[in-house]
Amino acid sequence: MKQEKLIEVYQNNSVKISIRREWCKSCGICVEFCPKDVLVPDNQGKPIPENIDACIKCSLCELRCPDFAITVEGVEEKDE
Amino acid sequence: MKTVINNYIREEMFPNMWCPGCGNGIVLGAIIRAIDDLSWDKDKIVAVSGIGCSSRITGYVDFCTMNTTHGRALPFATGIKMANPDLKVIVVMGDGDCSAIGGNHFIHAARRNIDLTAIIINNMIYGMTGGQYSPLTPTGKYGSTAPYGNIDQSFDLVELAIAAGASYVARGTVYNPRQSTSLIKNALDKKGFSVVEIISDCPVSYGKMNKMKSPADMLKWIKDITVSKKVWEGFSPDEKKGKYAIGEFLSKDRPDYTELYEEIIKKAQERGGNK
Amino acid sequence: MNNLEKKKNIKLLQGNEACAEGALLAGVRFFAGYPITPSSEIAENMAFKLPKIGGKFIQMEDEIASMAAVIGASIAGLKSLTATSGPGMCLKQENLGFAIINEIPCVVVNAQRGGPSTGLPTKPSQGDMMQARWGTHGDHPIIALAPSTVNEILTLTIKAFNLSEKYRIPVILLLDEVIAHMREKVEIPAPEDIEVINRKKPTVPPEEYLPFKPDEDGVPPMANFGEGYRYHITGLIHDHKGLPTSNSQEIDAFIRRLHNKIQKSIKDIIIYQKYSLDDANIALIAYGSVARAAERTVKLAREEGLKVGLLKLLTIWPFCFEEVNKLAQQVDLIIVPEMNLGQMVLEVERAAQGKCRVVPYGRVDGELINPIEILGKIREEIRK
Ligand SMILES: Cc1ncc(C[n+]2csc(CCOP(=O)(O)OP(=O)(O)O)c2C)c(N)n1
Ligand code: SF4
Ligand code: SF4
Ligand code: SF4
Ligand SMILES: [Mg+2]
Repeated sequence: MKQEKLIEVYQNNSVKISIRREWCKSCGICVEFCPKDVLVPDNQGKPIPENIDACIKCSLCELRCPDFAITVEGVEEKDE
Repeated sequence: MKTVINNYIREEMFPNMWCPGCGNGIVLGAIIRAIDDLSWDKDKIVAVSGIGCSSRITGYVDFCTMNTTHGRALPFATGIKMANPDLKVIVVMGDGDCSAIGGNHFIHAARRNIDLTAIIINNMIYGMTGGQYSPLTPTGKYGSTAPYGNIDQSFDLVELAIAAGASYVARGTVYNPRQSTSLIKNALDKKGFSVVEIISDCPVSYGKMNKMKSPADMLKWIKDITVSKKVWEGFSPDEKKGKYAIGEFLSKDRPDYTELYEEIIKKAQERGGNK
Repeated sequence: MNNLEKKKNIKLLQGNEACAEGALLAGVRFFAGYPITPSSEIAENMAFKLPKIGGKFIQMEDEIASMAAVIGASIAGLKSLTATSGPGMCLKQENLGFAIINEIPCVVVNAQRGGPSTGLPTKPSQGDMMQARWGTHGDHPIIALAPSTVNEILTLTIKAFNLSEKYRIPVILLLDEVIAHMREKVEIPAPEDIEVINRKKPTVPPEEYLPFKPDEDGVPPMANFGEGYRYHITGLIHDHKGLPTSNSQEIDAFIRRLHNKIQKSIKDIIIYQKYSLDDANIALIAYGSVARAAERTVKLAREEGLKVGLLKLLTIWPFCFEEVNKLAQQVDLIIVPEMNLGQMVLEVERAAQGKCRVVPYGRVDGELINPIEILGKIREEIRK
């Protein structure tokens, strides 16, 4: 069965952070430069958005990731 | 996690071949985002590169792509553009590729002002061959062939491109991906020869030999050695030492080579030339 | 109109002019070059004539760039030509290899002059025959043609383009200073009398296109850049998709196919002419301007009652192994006059397989080999 490519999704009601673990090379760039210390490395050095509620959706982690392994999307607040 | 990136890459080629934290991937992202902003037709985009880690970029994008020979990407691209001026031709080179073995082609492409966009990934080292010094390695830094420190003076690609006749010249860094994306976008949009140098990190070769252990260390270093063009202009010669200005340095309009050649065709057909 | 009634279009042309004329008839639309004697007139002709028909000419910064531009233009869909001489030919080698590995059609003229190095810019030579075969590194096939008259320059230039397009391989046209600069009457064929071959295009939609998957003939159909087929071209050994491969089976199959596509069609590629060989017991094998002298030698020798014939090669590479082998079984002696100290003779020896005596006759003083000296060599060898 073809799995959804090992993508981990973390979400709260304002932001969705997805991490494609098979592409991530644990370089540490996203973790180091997140202005709000949202990301912390797991035991393989891959990012986990532990403090997702602090995320300001600046997308810098996504733009600086050399491996297209992390993305940040805003979550549309539905008022209906 | 579909993003614009997914619309432009050859997914089967990923994960990419670059070392963890290598800036090439950051530049690849910036190029793709810039192209997406322009909503160009993928069928009309050609990406040409030379040889080096950075030049592997062309294998990852879903355009007509060509990974040519070391230093020669620009003349290949010149042939493509001349043959079919409707194509958007992007050329990606490494610092060694562009300024050492390809230095002559670089100044002549600029002199002709042929409508190509040259993106130079400047990691200040020969990454692929294991860290030998390049014409853009700063004086005093180390390379595998500069074990006592580099005594060469390095080129300033921005000044070189301006002097040689380019129409658009800018410099960005992988630390500043948003700025780099917009500089690349402007360059792509510009008619004539446009040049964007992106200061990038090679943690494996450059970093290791120059006491920067991690990709993050390298990015911090890049942040430290770069200042905006405006700040730079206020610097004294001493303050400029070891620093790089980033931003847009030149953007001017003049006819590109393929337009001028169209005039030649008209002349030849009307008047018959000088024979 | 009947062909016989057609007025022949005869012109007095210089060799290099005839080359330009032939290229135009073959459909050339792009030229990139760098000036060098004795080839520059080809560039000058192209600069004048190409824009008249909407084609493009560019003078590049060197021969490396010229070769690159020619390949780029061909990939973008234009039939492309470059012309040079020894020192420039050296610079073209790396990108020539790129054209071979990526199967990009193009024609490269080398008007041979004396070498090595700057050598003898204004004097003829045949010192580049082995360079034509092995100049670029790696195990690769190549096609090289060598005319000996101005008329042949025209027809072989057309042939060079046709072979290049048909087999997707760069073709080298080996001239030498003498025939490049000589003026002769040339019959310019009418366009409708010329066979012009164009690269075959893919017949499948872009999603199904595998740019390096060969057809039965070993040649993959070629989509030009910009035609809606997006694919990768690399100087690395590549798979059917054009992406780099390190799979040893794919690598082996790829290199063998490059060679086999030429080997398979050798009958279509190899051309030669025979002069008085039917009853000959002595054969001369020559090409280019030396073949002109050798033809004359045959006449002189026949007047003396010597049974001498000539095998004149128009295709130099691939070498006409079979024909020479047959000849070696027929004659007692093969003499190979050439303007070098023994290049073609090595191939002739290999092909003759010891079935007859093979003797070189070389000249390297920048002077053309003349018919009398070849005759002298024949007499000398008979006495032995
Ligand atoms: C003609 C030739 N000379 C040398 C090489 C070996 N070579 C491959 S990549 C390279 C240098 C690459 O450095 P750079 O252009 O800065 O690219 P990077 O790997 O740093 O991205 C060299 C010297 C080659 N491939 N071809
Ligand atoms: S978007 Fe910005 S704040 Fe949020 S995780 Fe990424 S870098 Fe941190
Ligand atoms: S920047 Fe990308 S590759 Fe590096 S650790 Fe973060 S997600 Fe992984
Ligand atoms: S050697 Fe340097 S430039 Fe090459 S992939 Fe590794 S980090 Fe990148
Ligand atoms: Mg480099």
